[in-house]
Amino acid sequence: MLGGRQSRRLGSPASRAAFEFGIGVSCLTLDYLSEHWPQVLQLTLDHLELASIAVGLALLTAVPLGILTSRFRTLTLPVLGLLGALYTVPSLAFLAFLIPSQGLGRRPAIVMLATYAQIFLVRNIVAGLRGVDAPTLEAARGVGMTDWQVFYQVRWPLALPVVLAGIRTAFVTTLSLATVSAWINAGGLGSLLFTGISRDNPPQILAGAIAIVALTLLAATALRLVERETAVARAARAARRG
Amino acid sequence: MLLGPSGCGKTTLLKLVNRLYEPTRGRITVDGTDIHALPAPALRRRIGYVIQQSGLFPHMRISENIGIVPTLLKWDKARIATRVDELLDLVGLPPADYRRRYPAQLSGGEQQRVGLARALAADPSTLLMDEPFGAVDAITRTRLQDELRQIHTRFRQTVLFVTHDIEEAVRLADEIVVMREGRVVQFATPMRIVMEPVDSFVANLVGANDVLRRLSLVSVSEVLTPLAGPVGPVEPRLQRAARLRDALGALLESGADRVVVIDDDARPLGTVDLGVIQRAGTRSGAGWPAEPAVGFSGQQGSV
Repeated sequence: MLGGRQSRRLGSPASRAAFEFGIGVSCLTLDYLSEHWPQVLQLTLDHLELASIAVGLALLTAVPLGILTSRFRTLTLPVLGLLGALYTVPSLAFLAFLIPSQGLGRRPAIVMLATYAQIFLVRNIVAGLRGVDAPTLEAARGVGMTDWQVFYQVRWPLALPVVLAGIRTAFVTTLSLATVSAWINAGGLGSLLFTGISRDNPPQILAGAIAIVALTLLAATALRLVERETAVARAARAARRG
Repeated sequence: MLLGPSGCGKTTLLKLVNRLYEPTRGRITVDGTDIHALPAPALRRRIGYVIQQSGLFPHMRISENIGIVPTLLKWDKARIATRVDELLDLVGLPPADYRRRYPAQLSGGEQQRVGLARALAADPSTLLMDEPFGAVDAITRTRLQDELRQIHTRFRQTVLFVTHDIEEAVRLADEIVVMREGRVVQFATPMRIVMEPVDSFVANLVGANDVLRRLSLVSVSEVLTPLAGPVGPVEPRLQRAARLRDALGALLESGADRVVVIDDDARPLGTVDLGVIQRAGTRSGAGWPAEPAVGFSGQQGSV
């Protein structure tokens, strides 16, 4: 399979064997993907769905928690500290801990993913809301906005870019963490990895990994496009044009 | 015009009027009604508010910024759009060019104009201005001051204006409130403040020892000598609105003995010579000692 020049450059028989193995697995992975693409696609969609539900539910708690924390400074350390500490719990341990109460399947997986996402969401919501320029907020009150109008017409839209960046980080992290949840039968692309490992089938493992990476890149790009459409981003683009 | 050093409480006083700060005691009325008779947001919609860094909303277009108070007052869209264009014209920004822009696309001076337009949007009878021209260059500042004066002559709003710039105060004010450490130390016309400062603090603040500043406050028509005899063709001429400072400048520049003051139809009314200027320049409330160079004792702070 290898030409003479390449084999000389590769040196030792061990590295040569590794190289041949790599080429072999790559070809077999492509074979695997072309044969099983409907199944891989279905798992990709399941994976995306799992992550979306988790981040969506996470937002339901993170938004009020973030708003509250941004208002009361004394909450910052306890809230962000607790969420940060939760994030350091190893994912397998977290799942194992959830099984007695939540059983197997998607439910415990969603609970875990939504918990891990909190730190990214709450941290950015707090930073975004606090980062809004104080004179701008006072101007908003000065022209006669009620507290609620100041919030939804000025503070929230100005914080939105930072909030959306937090959602993107949370989503990307959730997509990669969701892999582990296949361990408790929550489905998704992780199941390709786990079955690949148990059957000693490298092409299947690699196919799963490739699909996860591709999905993550795609999701991150899509979210970046959403971020370009905020009012702040539009104003910044207009200012660059002059 | 509220005048005083940093931290003397002039901004605090201003913000008490639109209830960004609440008084611990005392009563404030605007147009005869107690400011606590209305909910604060409703009160603020009736009082124009302009601040130093324009305070425009960076994520809104110029039209949305100017239309914010009418929007809060629930005017219909067409009426807001007409009003926005009217105001852009008033502050000298062509509506077609500016309406759809964002604040970051405007220069500091243009942003201040938009800030003024926004404050005027719902035709308030009272305007609060907190060092509105503090952050623009000197040339732009002078032009904005002139335009503010024109707008004010046209609409006659009550303007409460905070500044620490005596030149600005003298240029724009009908009356000046001089403040120090949270207290009003003098409330009078610019002329009286400069000519008869109540104490050495006011004298130093307004530069009452600066003879040229005093001369810039007195108009030539107030002190002119009635005309006696014919007027030479080479003698310098000044409009009657000119100040003694201009007269002094004209004398020094031309080398003539006197300047001729003329009316709007260029008819001579009288003359001003060096003797007249000298008498006017000698202050009535005699010499306050200059304070030591250390400056004001007012506490520093971000009020």
